[in-house]
Amino acid sequence: MKIKIRGVRGSIPTADPDTTYYGGNTSCIEVEEEGWRLVLDAGSGMRYSNTGERPDNKRIDILLTHLHLDHIIGLGFFQPLFDPAMEIHIWGPASSKQSLHSRLTRYLSPPLFPVLIRNLPCKLTLHEIDNTEFKIGPFTVQSEYVIHPGPTIGYRITGHHSVFVYLPDHEPALGRTGMLTDPRWISGIRLAKGADILLHDAQYTREEYPFRTGWGHSSMDDALHFATMAGVKHLLLAHHDPDHSDATLNEMFSALQTRHNNPIHHELAVEGMELELP
Amino acid sequence: MPAYEIEIILNRQLADCLSIPVFITDTAGNLIFYNEPAEEILGKRYEETGEMPVEMWGTIFKPIDEAGHLLAPDDLPLVKTLRNCRPYHKIFLIESLKGTIEKISVTSYPILGRSGKFLGAVAIFWELKDDEN
Repeated sequence: MKIKIRGVRGSIPTADPDTTYYGGNTSCIEVEEEGWRLVLDAGSGMRYSNTGERPDNKRIDILLTHLHLDHIIGLGFFQPLFDPAMEIHIWGPASSKQSLHSRLTRYLSPPLFPVLIRNLPCKLTLHEIDNTEFKIGPFTVQSEYVIHPGPTIGYRITGHHSVFVYLPDHEPALGRTGMLTDPRWISGIRLAKGADILLHDAQYTREEYPFRTGWGHSSMDDALHFATMAGVKHLLLAHHDPDHSDATLNEMFSALQTRHNNPIHHELAVEGMELELP
Repeated sequence: MPAYEIEIILNRQLADCLSIPVFITDTAGNLIFYNEPAEEILGKRYEETGEMPVEMWGTIFKPIDEAGHLLAPDDLPLVKTLRNCRPYHKIFLIESLKGTIEKISVTSYPILGRSGKFLGAVAIFWELKDDEN
């Protein structure tokens, strides 16, 4: 399983020179195995995504966690959508009232975007999902609603030998006393259990979090605690705050390591990072 | 690992912040969480009891009507919510653990997820003063 990070910035893309190391593009991750290709979220990093390593690959599955703008802004700039030979499947969270098509159309229609979904030349199929499991080529995908404002799901992607879990926008510590001690009462824990790699929301410092409780994101400390509770092997801290420069992120991570002598392999996600699992 | 759906988790987190007694059950009526104000009514602490099967916690209260007659389980809001997946409300009396009779107003509602799936139920106990009804 190959994982390529195309965007790890949270909330809004940044172009500041002091954010270029970790990257300014919003959420987008590519996952490949046996030529099958998943694209997780459609943030601005999606502009750099394409058909993958196999030019004969005519199918791409886009898995959206939710429809906040930083997770779909790249959709209209994803070239395979404009290729009539391409078969594109978009999977996204079901809402209790509005269809996925209707919600995506809010962005993919004038005046916000010049092209309507129905005018996209690719063969497009939309899938509304909730707490479920489905197969895409060699991948088994489990989806589950997690704590974040609006319908939001996390993904557990199981390949032949490895598990990658994607929870870029997630606030498991929401509540009066923070994250509960019983794992049955922690959002997303079932998805993350024993993952080889978990990419998790870590937008804030622990000092910032109390002022942003309920915004749907986590502190680095809570992300590390969540990964520990889930028995994750490798944690990628992501969804970097747009106001956090590279230097600030380095300071935050250094402080995190000073506070916690945690044996889990953890690091900050970097745009352009490539990882390979057996 | 069995874990609760986020609709249940969020109801618990909300209940944990409230000053009114809140009980949360699974679809079978087993008590899976009660908050601190509810602990006073039950006379037990959640940290100590953990979850309680319906057979156990259902017998702690003695619900009675104004005439002192025991109410049938089917007349209780939470039981009706569990059966019909609808909200209910009723005022009645309970004999507390201390042996005192207290008038309460109970509101119960089903926890229905985004897909409409029935996940559990919540009962809120509003304690009434003598002049309230």
